Amino acid sequence: MTAAPALYDVPGPRARRRHALYGALSTVVLLALLAWILYLLFHTGQFTATKWTPFEYQGIQLLLLRGLGNTLKAFAIAAVLSLALGGVLATGRLSDHRPVRALATLVVEFFRAMPVLVMIFFIFVALKVQPLPALVAGLTLYNGSVLAEVFRSGVHAVERGQREAAFALGMRKTQVMAHVLVPQAVRAMLPAFISQLVVALKDTSLGFLITYEEFLHAGKLIASNLDYDLPFIPVVMVISPIYIGMCMLLSWFAGWVSRREQRSPKTEAVAHAPAGPGALLPGGEPPMAPEP
Amino acid sequence: MNVLTDNFSDYGAGFLGTLELTVYASLLALALGFLMASFRVAPVGSLRIFGTVWVAVLRNTPLTLLFFAVLLGLPRFGLVLPFEVFAVLALGCYTSAFICEALRSGINTVPRGQGEAARSLGMTFGQTLSLVVLPQAFRSVIPPVGSTLIALAKNSAIAGAFSVTELLGTYKTLNELGYSIIWTFVWIAVGYLVITLAISAVFHALERRWGVAR
Repeated sequence: MTAAPALYDVPGPRARRRHALYGALSTVVLLALLAWILYLLFHTGQFTATKWTPFEYQGIQLLLLRGLGNTLKAFAIAAVLSLALGGVLATGRLSDHRPVRALATLVVEFFRAMPVLVMIFFIFVALKVQPLPALVAGLTLYNGSVLAEVFRSGVHAVERGQREAAFALGMRKTQVMAHVLVPQAVRAMLPAFISQLVVALKDTSLGFLITYEEFLHAGKLIASNLDYDLPFIPVVMVISPIYIGMCMLLSWFAGWVSRREQRSPKTEAVAHAPAGPGALLPGGEPPMAPEP
Repeated sequence: MNVLTDNFSDYGAGFLGTLELTVYASLLALALGFLMASFRVAPVGSLRIFGTVWVAVLRNTPLTLLFFAVLLGLPRFGLVLPFEVFAVLALGCYTSAFICEALRSGINTVPRGQGEAARSLGMTFGQTLSLVVLPQAFRSVIPPVGSTLIALAKNSAIAGAFSVTELLGTYKTLNELGYSIIWTFVWIAVGYLVITLAISAVFHALERRWGVAR
């Protein structure tokens, strides 16, 4: 694949001047927008001391940290369990036995089509489960199903010759899978796996809606405190950089692994799945590796 | 079964609410996503940076946090709008980042020679983009945009938890009325399946009509 299509020439002196003008104009507009937001923030008194003092109290810092810890706990459990479930479901979908395959397909397709939140609410309300297990179960079912699809497409993306050569050497199906196909597929799909974990991390915030005491919940507690003059905006300004930072870090890691794998000679025989936007999208199709 | 027939108006209202949210937010997301994608390929540096930041931030924001910030934060600025509008804003902005990336990678699938040929014919940037590159990119972005919009329909469930009339929210009313909670959820699930399958059917039809023959 070539680089981006050449949409415009290397600009000449006049075009460069014009672009510089556009650049200056759009910078002014964007700065004006920023200034307007800042003005709104100051005008509505978001930087008053009452709204920011709560963050100096140790109790509130501890509350936030506990929330963050709970978020990370839910994420860690859900990540491990969805990887396990993904492995099981992918094995089912790749099985030689038609009933097993059909069952696994049904499960995967159903849980991918359902909104995660509906599943979490169902487990929480109808099955009367505690918030943490409900959240983890919902995330696991959904992300496990998506990971199963990613995994399966990875196995299918390994060049046909690899499988044929392994069979020709007299390996059995399990051996072909375990020694030839799976190691290559896992390598190639590692970025996609990590991108899906970003989705799981983002979706832990759904726990807020079922009163799981996670990060956003801690924020809500502080934000709805009348003593500090309802510091909604300060709370958002404190917790969103942390949330977005964590997700960006994980996304960046996926991109890093992807670039590393692309250079690796061990992934030559398998079409490589980049850590694309589809992979980051809750509910998006799993990233299909391009046909080799 | 009688959970559905007894409460058809509740379910209907919720279903229409989800449908409305999905349609309006999709339109907003497509428009914003298109704008951001054109920013990201523009020759003007500051617009490119703005597009990049927009996508990087929104793609890594949990949607619940965005809803929290928009629905509970914006009213603090004295901006009082119906919750439905806020929900459309949050959903639309969030999804626009994914639409933008789908469109941009669609532009990147158009072979380089096409743009070069257009330019060598003396077409301007706007002409190259609108007459040569975008019509071809359009064909290859149908599947990713379709799955993005399906995800949007599913994500609209979050709006229900922020007291917007919506399909998932109907469970509260029915639960109070004492109906079987399991069946309530079964019909909610069916409602979502109808919407997502409809979107997927539309995009399959579009792809059959316009898609790239591979």
